[in-house]
Amino acid sequence: MRGYLPDFDVRVPASLGEALELMAQAPGSYTPLAGGTDLMVVYNAGRLKPTHFLDLSRLAELRGTEEDATSLRFGALTTFTELRECRAVHQHFPNLVKSARATGALAIQNRGTLAGNIANASPAADTPPSLLAYGAELALVSPRGLRRVAYDQFHQGYKRLDMAADELLARIIVPKPLGRGFHYFRKVGTRQAQAISKTCLAAYARIEDGCVAELRIGLGSVAPAPVRARNAEAALLGKPLASLPVAAAREALLADMSPIDDIRATAHYRSVVTRNLLGQMLRELANA
Amino acid sequence: MIGASSIRKEGRAKVLGTAIYTDDKFMPGALHGLTVRSEVPRGILRAIHFGEGIPWEEFTCVTAEDIPGTNLVASVVDDQPFLIGIGEEITHSQQAVLLLAHPDKFLVEKARRAVRLEIEELPAVLDIQSSLDLQPLIYGTNNLLKEIRIAKGDPDPIWAQAAHVIEGEYRTGAQEQMYIEPNAMLSVVEPRDGLLQVTVWGSLQCPYYVHGALRQLFGLPEKQVRVVAMEMGGAFGGKEDYPSVNGGHAALLAWKSGKPVRLIYDREEDLACTTKRHPSRTRLRTAFDAEGNLLALEADFILDGGAYATLSPVVLSRGAVHAASVYRCPHVRIHARAVATNTPPPGAFRGFGAPQSLFAMERHMDVCARKLGLDAVELRRKNFLHMGDTMATGQVIREDLDLAGLMDQALAAIGYRDKRAAFALTNPGDGPIKRGVGFSVFMHGCGFTGNGESHVASVAGVEGLADGTVAVLAASTEMGQGKNTVFAQIVAEALQLPVELVDTAPVDTDHVPNSGPTVASRSTMMVGRILEDAAIGFKLALVQQGFLVEPYTPESFQAAVVKAVATLGTLRCYGQYHRPPNIQWDDVTYQGDAYPTYSWACYAAEVAVDLDTFEVKVADFVAVQEVGRVVNPTLAAGQIEGGVAQGIGWGLWEEVTMQRGRMINNQMTNYIIPTSVDLPRIQVVFLENAHAGGPGGAKGIGELPMDGPAPAVVNALENALGALRLDEVPMTPDRLLERCEEVSHG
Repeated sequence: MRGYLPDFDVRVPASLGEALELMAQAPGSYTPLAGGTDLMVVYNAGRLKPTHFLDLSRLAELRGTEEDATSLRFGALTTFTELRECRAVHQHFPNLVKSARATGALAIQNRGTLAGNIANASPAADTPPSLLAYGAELALVSPRGLRRVAYDQFHQGYKRLDMAADELLARIIVPKPLGRGFHYFRKVGTRQAQAISKTCLAAYARIEDGCVAELRIGLGSVAPAPVRARNAEAALLGKPLASLPVAAAREALLADMSPIDDIRATAHYRSVVTRNLLGQMLRELANA
Repeated sequence: MIGASSIRKEGRAKVLGTAIYTDDKFMPGALHGLTVRSEVPRGILRAIHFGEGIPWEEFTCVTAEDIPGTNLVASVVDDQPFLIGIGEEITHSQQAVLLLAHPDKFLVEKARRAVRLEIEELPAVLDIQSSLDLQPLIYGTNNLLKEIRIAKGDPDPIWAQAAHVIEGEYRTGAQEQMYIEPNAMLSVVEPRDGLLQVTVWGSLQCPYYVHGALRQLFGLPEKQVRVVAMEMGGAFGGKEDYPSVNGGHAALLAWKSGKPVRLIYDREEDLACTTKRHPSRTRLRTAFDAEGNLLALEADFILDGGAYATLSPVVLSRGAVHAASVYRCPHVRIHARAVATNTPPPGAFRGFGAPQSLFAMERHMDVCARKLGLDAVELRRKNFLHMGDTMATGQVIREDLDLAGLMDQALAAIGYRDKRAAFALTNPGDGPIKRGVGFSVFMHGCGFTGNGESHVASVAGVEGLADGTVAVLAASTEMGQGKNTVFAQIVAEALQLPVELVDTAPVDTDHVPNSGPTVASRSTMMVGRILEDAAIGFKLALVQQGFLVEPYTPESFQAAVVKAVATLGTLRCYGQYHRPPNIQWDDVTYQGDAYPTYSWACYAAEVAVDLDTFEVKVADFVAVQEVGRVVNPTLAAGQIEGGVAQGIGWGLWEEVTMQRGRMINNQMTNYIIPTSVDLPRIQVVFLENAHAGGPGGAKGIGELPMDGPAPAVVNALENALGALRLDEVPMTPDRLLERCEEVSHG
């Protein structure tokens, strides 16, 4: 390990109240630490900046999943394994199960948390496209109280979030889809398992009278942050399944992406393949 | 015992976690070593600055000035320094400049970051073409690390008169061995009886290479250097030549500090600085008559050899000899060059040059078949080598070779004809999945190329122990391939004993003779044969001296050994390699028997390409090979399956991404090796044809499976997608997209 441990300071608050108090005392000086699956990689490589960490992993207030008639509310510390194994998630959010399965290895899925996957703000994270497709909301907590924000408004740029220095992610609220739904998720990674995505597309559509009545598409790895494909959605909304404007939607998708060349794929590959994923999604939707 | 799947000798300790790897070795008070590297590809080292905030007085620091003997790593050519001194030229981005050691392994890393190197940068050569163009000159008088020419007949008059002349250019990328255990060394240097004694324990394939390197580094006689091979977590050639470098570094730190020093690389450092497979570029020109008979072959085979010669001359040699592959051809000209670049030197990796030239030839045969309008199967069948034919070096095939039979068996096993017919119907459909099936036919020379075995003149032996069991004495190392087990089986067979009564002595240069390096698919065939001799000599000695009466039971044999050891003290019998009189080789003309024998194979692959994502799935794989007698079927099948996995990885995913002469994807996250879900079922078939040279008729198999998968998979891609420019591996999704667009955009 290339990190130098004496340069790091980890505080372990006993309650959510204590955690918020510590953060309020020195806004911006603590980095939250939950599963640690992103931070430890950077620490091991010696690239983690020495700072104060706040270990949230023991806060019972941030655990557990609650279900009511209209939504599922995931505690911030819900792990990928918990997502994978939750019956209600399988029932209502199959894309979220696929996202959780596609993340890292089993050991990572056991430790990594849903809030960490969001707050780490990697454009390549695997759950955000599904959360975008399901219209998730986030509950943020601070000494000033609770605040709700639509997840598709949360990412404001590369690693820039709508989150104040004294706020913590407390809950992820996902509304249960109603009516006849269509779910699509495909991650294209560098290999079939234990891979980081080169592009990812998740979609949820509600079908009514043979038409697309509701549609949300979430994209990963093709922009500085996970994004909604609003242009492609607009091209498809209200259209009959029998004659979906595939070419127009593929064209519109270009305006939703700003892919780059990096170590895993070229911008061109991402652009072509993401449009192909949309094409595959629409073939399946047409047959739904 | 030969032919039985005996249980892996060291398996129990590995499974229980009691096996001692280098970093596990208990060594109180050991310091932690680290290497400070250049980070620029080429330049002159002007100064080393030690930054603030580090208690430098607590550190052991070694620079080139400290080196007591010769600052050159003993290898084929002694051109690589252990450390670069002030005013000397840095020739690659991972060049070691300074060694640090401290009791706190985290502080030593912090210290490494506090060191600043002042380097006057020079223009660097970073690829094959720039090196050939001497832009700029960086090595010798022509940037060549080695040049080889092989000639048979005269191709020149053929080009004009042949019905068809077909040319092609093929490229292969670097590949990382990705052993589980990164390179690791532990050293103690201390006076014993008034003399300096250098000891290195390490993860290494070739104890006597490291032994030789340490002797030269310290200027010490044989007896004052000791090298011990610890349990090893894989190697694949990656611990053949590099351990001479890091073994030297560990010993220098131990010598200067007077304390034991551990030098354990993490994955990032190991990937960035240790040896890889040589990148290659091969240009082929072939002439055929109207019926498709091969008339002439010209190969221009080039390897990127990095900043120093290391093993490039011998890697090039094997690649050159394999360039004409398994085909009969009256006129052959092979021009092989290893060129210098300002990149970390590549080195040994399973296959050792042969996968590169065989990829080119086996892809080219499919390209030729398409251009000739012939079936790829029939084109090969027409041109295979048979008994009595001569290869490019003039070597005469003396065995009853049936490559067509081998090929037919592999094609039948994968259902080649049926699948071709089925895919021809399904591929034109609208769906994004296109399927194809392809194959390659190839060989791998067993043992060293040319006079290598004669130069090494390996010695190995057996020893009777006080409890009546027998120990194998050889410097061959266990890296997971099963050497411990196979050697025990060979000796047990020769002595007619159960395999449980034979085990391997620790691989320690103080105790075992030099049986040569554990490389080149040579241990079972070459060292095994010597052990067979030694074991028979051991038994004869017991009989002649009256300890043993034939016929004997295992119990009476054991009793005889107990008695003999009690009477004589030690009881050892050695054997040595002697060149068989019918094997001749000329190093100057490259004519003669390049290898004592070859293993032969045909591999077939079925692929499914997703044209939405350009991902390739290998759906089925068949590996049929003729490898002489199989000593241990389970271990042999494991070798083949592992080699096929590595070969598919090289063909489709494994890419070393370089930027300014540095590997930038030096993490397992971004250097993509296949997982179990990326690989197909691998059907392994052995055809046995006893070879007189090896123990019980065995040939070598370690490297063979690396040669065939990449061309088989890429040939299958052509079947799935049609005539694309499929001339390079790895054929990553990005590259495949680019190739598809070349066709669709005209």
